Amino acid sequence: MRALARKTAFYVLAAVIAITLDFFIPRLMPGNAVSAVLAKLQGTQVTPAAIKALETEYGLAGHQSAWDQYVKYWENLLHGNLGVSTNYYPTSVSNVIGSGLLWTIGMVGLATVISFVLGTSLGVLVAWRRGSWLDNLLPAMTFFQAAPYFFIAILLISGFATGLHWFPALGGYDQASVIPGLSWSYISNVLDHAILPALTIVLASAAGWIVGMRNVMVTTMDEDYVLVAQAKGLPKRRVITYAARNAILPSVTGFSLAIGFVVSGALLTEIVFSYPGIGYVLQQAVVNRDFPLLQGVFLIITFAVLAANLIADLVYVLLDPRTRQEG
Amino acid sequence: MAIGTGVGAAETAPVTATAVSARRFRFPRSPKIIIGLVLLGIFVLMAIFGSVLAPHDPSAHLNSTVGIPQPPSAKNLLGTTQTQQDILSQLLVGARSTLVVSFLAGVVATVLSIVIGVSAGYFGGWVDDVLSTLINVALVLPALPLLIVLAGFLSSSASADDLLVALIISLTGWAWGARVLRVQTLTLRSRDFVDSARIIGERAWRIVVFEILPSLVPIVASSFLFTVIYAIGTYTSLAFLGLISATHWSWGTMLFWAQESSAAQSHEWWWFIPPGLAVALLGTSLALLNFGIDEFINPRLRAAGLSRKVARKAGVPRRFVLGMTPVAASGRPGAGRARTMAGVAAGPGAGQ
Repeated sequence: MRALARKTAFYVLAAVIAITLDFFIPRLMPGNAVSAVLAKLQGTQVTPAAIKALETEYGLAGHQSAWDQYVKYWENLLHGNLGVSTNYYPTSVSNVIGSGLLWTIGMVGLATVISFVLGTSLGVLVAWRRGSWLDNLLPAMTFFQAAPYFFIAILLISGFATGLHWFPALGGYDQASVIPGLSWSYISNVLDHAILPALTIVLASAAGWIVGMRNVMVTTMDEDYVLVAQAKGLPKRRVITYAARNAILPSVTGFSLAIGFVVSGALLTEIVFSYPGIGYVLQQAVVNRDFPLLQGVFLIITFAVLAANLIADLVYVLLDPRTRQEG
Repeated sequence: MAIGTGVGAAETAPVTATAVSARRFRFPRSPKIIIGLVLLGIFVLMAIFGSVLAPHDPSAHLNSTVGIPQPPSAKNLLGTTQTQQDILSQLLVGARSTLVVSFLAGVVATVLSIVIGVSAGYFGGWVDDVLSTLINVALVLPALPLLIVLAGFLSSSASADDLLVALIISLTGWAWGARVLRVQTLTLRSRDFVDSARIIGERAWRIVVFEILPSLVPIVASSFLFTVIYAIGTYTSLAFLGLISATHWSWGTMLFWAQESSAAQSHEWWWFIPPGLAVALLGTSLALLNFGIDEFINPRLRAAGLSRKVARKAGVPRRFVLGMTPVAASGRPGAGRARTMAGVAAGPGAGQ
């Protein structure tokens, strides 16, 4: 299918641009960023060996040309080599990231899906009941949309964790009382720790889905086929399904645009909760000025977002037959 | 086009008394717009006069003998931080940096989005192909991680430079606006009035500036507000992560210090609520204005076109609102715009 091939080519191009940006940013920042980084690292607990590795990575050791460095960078990348973390030296960046990735995919992925399903259904309801008390939800939604994720996270911790003591405030599981493994106590502990961060993501992102779905739904409900469905006396549920099925298409496209946002917000949420995912790795990288790790995290997140986009596009092709005729 | 000239006509040339009042007053009377404007006004005043009104130096340690944050009191109206800095002063002083960075980023990003989006839509062909690809790539790359990498390499004196930070944020904020403007320009360029301008022999830049841009004003306004909201969140997030110099006061820096001292875990609400609420309310005020603009452009989005009472009096059947709205379905300016604006209104969550 040509449409699919075009989509895939686009995402490959986006990935190449992201990788190129990742290569050039440290080299193009004003005031020779790399030597500034090295200066910052002198006198910290970073070992000389780590600094040497960093010098090699940024091409300061052998005086290679920029193009040679770029080729070398691609070569490393294709071998899955993202460099060596200066903070966790000699652990490789890919290993540090790998340890956080599973936590993030589990918690953030689930929260995103819940938020999408919940938000879209609520949006349908609000649109159908236009003019009822449900309209009052909309201003409240704007507040949740405008509040930063981490502020909602802080509020939830203060309210439900340290205030009411319903849920734990920090971490991915209780390291003092349970041992990681396939035991019920561990799994329930993990779930217990995931509820508040997941709730943060749902609260902060559902507003966008609700408002978006409502606005499209309101327009769709004016279409003639909805009027026909209603006029011939179909049950209300059927009519809503007809309209919603068509109104959801923009939301699916919107999903691919929003996923980057949700991931960014989720990173901050993880940091507030000290949740052991990618966000936490990112924060460690920022705090310790661990630039190889920082760049690695950027690449991984970008790849994840691009992959999610590609999936959303595939789903769109499945849902909307018109896209299949094209080309 | 219909909107721009329609409003202008209603304001200058009175048609009939009722038509004028209906047209002229619907826009500002919307409670969303009024609340949004009032809130925004308060924050702008804070940004202008904040450092004069602040009772203390936000960085000064007022008391060296106390080591824990003090709750609000008569002496410190919003309490103090761990190191006995006055939180009210920080909030007032921090308003300026937050507003300056986000509005500056909004302006730069909007200019970028107009240049790129309108060029792509108007010139079409390979220009459109190249620019559309650029727009779409900028849309899918996750902005915050990219900004974190960029800001991570800034020295702490450079990160205290509001102008530089605003420019960096604007680099990631222009793409939504460009996308919406491109689509709208595409529908405009084949309209009769643009065609006739072209046939008369107007130059391209003149057509773009005098024929197309005026019709795009509502969309530009909406995408500007949305970009500012984005910039507020992003700037606060960067500062919260400690990527902006921690002695450069903004609401994000305040949240950074609160998080550093585990204010949420110790229940020190007076420390993290004021800056967080300020950020959220500032964003809400802009979002309300945005809603107001959207509903003005697309009447179907209004919560209830008629209130229940009015509807019953007018004999409109309950809940049967289908087909009652006066906006024509397609082929009219409202139709294409309705869908694009729905996306802008909902921000990243909706899209097209």
